[in-house]
Amino acid sequence: MRKRNMQMNMLYLPALFVVLLFVLYPLIRSFRMSFYNWNGYSPVKMFIGFDNYKNLLSDKNFAVSFKNTLLYGFGSTILQNILGLSFALFLNTKFKGHKVVRTIVYLPVMISGLIMGYIMYFMVRNQGAVNEILGWFSITGLDWMGDGNVGRWIITFVNSWQYCGYCMVIYMAGLQGISRQYYEAAAIDGATSWKSFRYITLPLLIPAMSSAIVINLIGGLKLYDVVVSLSNGGPNYMTSSLSFYINNRYLSAEQAGYASAVGVVMFLFIMLCSQILNGYFRKKEVEM
Amino acid sequence: MAFKKEKTEEQSHYYAGQKKGLWWKYLLAVFIILIYLLPLYVLLMQSLKSSTDLSSSMSFPDVWYFENYISAIKGGTIFRAIKNSAIITLCTVVLEVIFACLAAYPLSRNDTKWNRFIRSIFMGVMMIPPLTILVGVYSVLVSISATNSYWGIILTNIAFGLPMSVFLFTNFIGSIPRDLDEASIIDGANVLQTFFHIILPQLKPIIATVVIIHGVAAWNEYAYSIYILQKPELQSITLCIKKYFSSVTNDYSGAAAAAILAILPLTVVYLILQDSFVQSQVDSAIK
Repeated sequence: MRKRNMQMNMLYLPALFVVLLFVLYPLIRSFRMSFYNWNGYSPVKMFIGFDNYKNLLSDKNFAVSFKNTLLYGFGSTILQNILGLSFALFLNTKFKGHKVVRTIVYLPVMISGLIMGYIMYFMVRNQGAVNEILGWFSITGLDWMGDGNVGRWIITFVNSWQYCGYCMVIYMAGLQGISRQYYEAAAIDGATSWKSFRYITLPLLIPAMSSAIVINLIGGLKLYDVVVSLSNGGPNYMTSSLSFYINNRYLSAEQAGYASAVGVVMFLFIMLCSQILNGYFRKKEVEM
Repeated sequence: MAFKKEKTEEQSHYYAGQKKGLWWKYLLAVFIILIYLLPLYVLLMQSLKSSTDLSSSMSFPDVWYFENYISAIKGGTIFRAIKNSAIITLCTVVLEVIFACLAAYPLSRNDTKWNRFIRSIFMGVMMIPPLTILVGVYSVLVSISATNSYWGIILTNIAFGLPMSVFLFTNFIGSIPRDLDEASIIDGANVLQTFFHIILPQLKPIIATVVIIHGVAAWNEYAYSIYILQKPELQSITLCIKKYFSSVTNDYSGAAAAAILAILPLTVVYLILQDSFVQSQVDSAIK
């Protein structure tokens, strides 16, 4: 039996090898690189201690990217969950054709964020569809992506619009798991529909909600593709995200050490957020 | 039967607290559908206009113009990119499923202290956002000459997908009763025989989930492809579209046609298998 278990353990070696070589080792390497001044390809590296991190503190573009990342992460999460839950509640009323709505709302999830950005470009460019529709109501449109202060909201909206189908299907599954008996009992007690939503639906949706929120938050905090295609970080880094900034430093500025430092900060921040959220929801589920 | 169905529908309206008529639901449904189809409609119309057609982006083309599609197809890069993405996606999901279900078998059946530690490695790296360790990954790829090759991107895709797949497979195998394994051990089957004859046939639903989730992800991958697939002949579909849009001077119609061709394959597969797509997304999200 012991021999058998040893043989069995051999089976995880390929997977473990791949993960160690391509995830864990690079993670350590990135941490190490963040203490070096390195252009990414030359054999010469200079150890500079915490200088990259010190420089981050005074780097305006990093600060903007960090702020934008917060908006992309938390802004999209809030929007997606409100929209996704509303759609799920709406579709859960099971009218004829509700499945068509589900199919279409979920469709953008299948499209690459990069291509979605280009598709949206036709909506928000100067002579685009959005301005034209506004024109029907005699409202003068904007050059939406021309102004970074507007552009970052457009990116948030596009990301929320694209992935709110994802939230929707998670909530739909959650709603299907709630037994009718609760609502029957509540109706007998004379609960209004708001009350039965607040005290039955919402608490029983917490497991679905915790999945939807954590997944969306991490997805939003690492937003990259759509930034590239919709604004390419511009104008002047005003819509850049941390992911974008890492690539920008590494690829265009050839500051591999600095890019690693940005990566380390982003990594720690995302870990922190997901730990806090997971802890919070675990407590909530226990309270139930 | 018909009566029964009507009753449940009636009840579900009641449970959602809605007793009013249905018309507002259809109105809302149509509104949502329009909002979601509008960008695709605008894209489609743009792709059917000649570059000199200045009609508004909401209207039909002045002249229906198919030349954009013809030249995109004749150019050949689109199909080459679709082929490349298909190869990468296929290899990624096949290898990932093999690696992950093999790994999950001992991790769920052999509950030793050491194996719990291995499991925690897989769990621990699950949350790592791939781009944060870009510099590290790329320098590893360079040092093993895996850049500009299919297998470089395939291994990267697998590495970032494996933790989650291993997690899903481990949970799933944990829910399969051990009696069958034990029976086959008594019959003298070795480890691989037990795995292939007893465990693997039961994994179909979870294999479908992993294939769909990571297949879609591999098909849409962009962040690492741009580093690894620099040679034009290796370009994946996302890189190809990026090229179309960043090299357009005024030919937005041509780029739009390319975008339509790029999203078409996965969209068609999704429309055919939509229930499995939605189900696998849910299964992988709710633990």
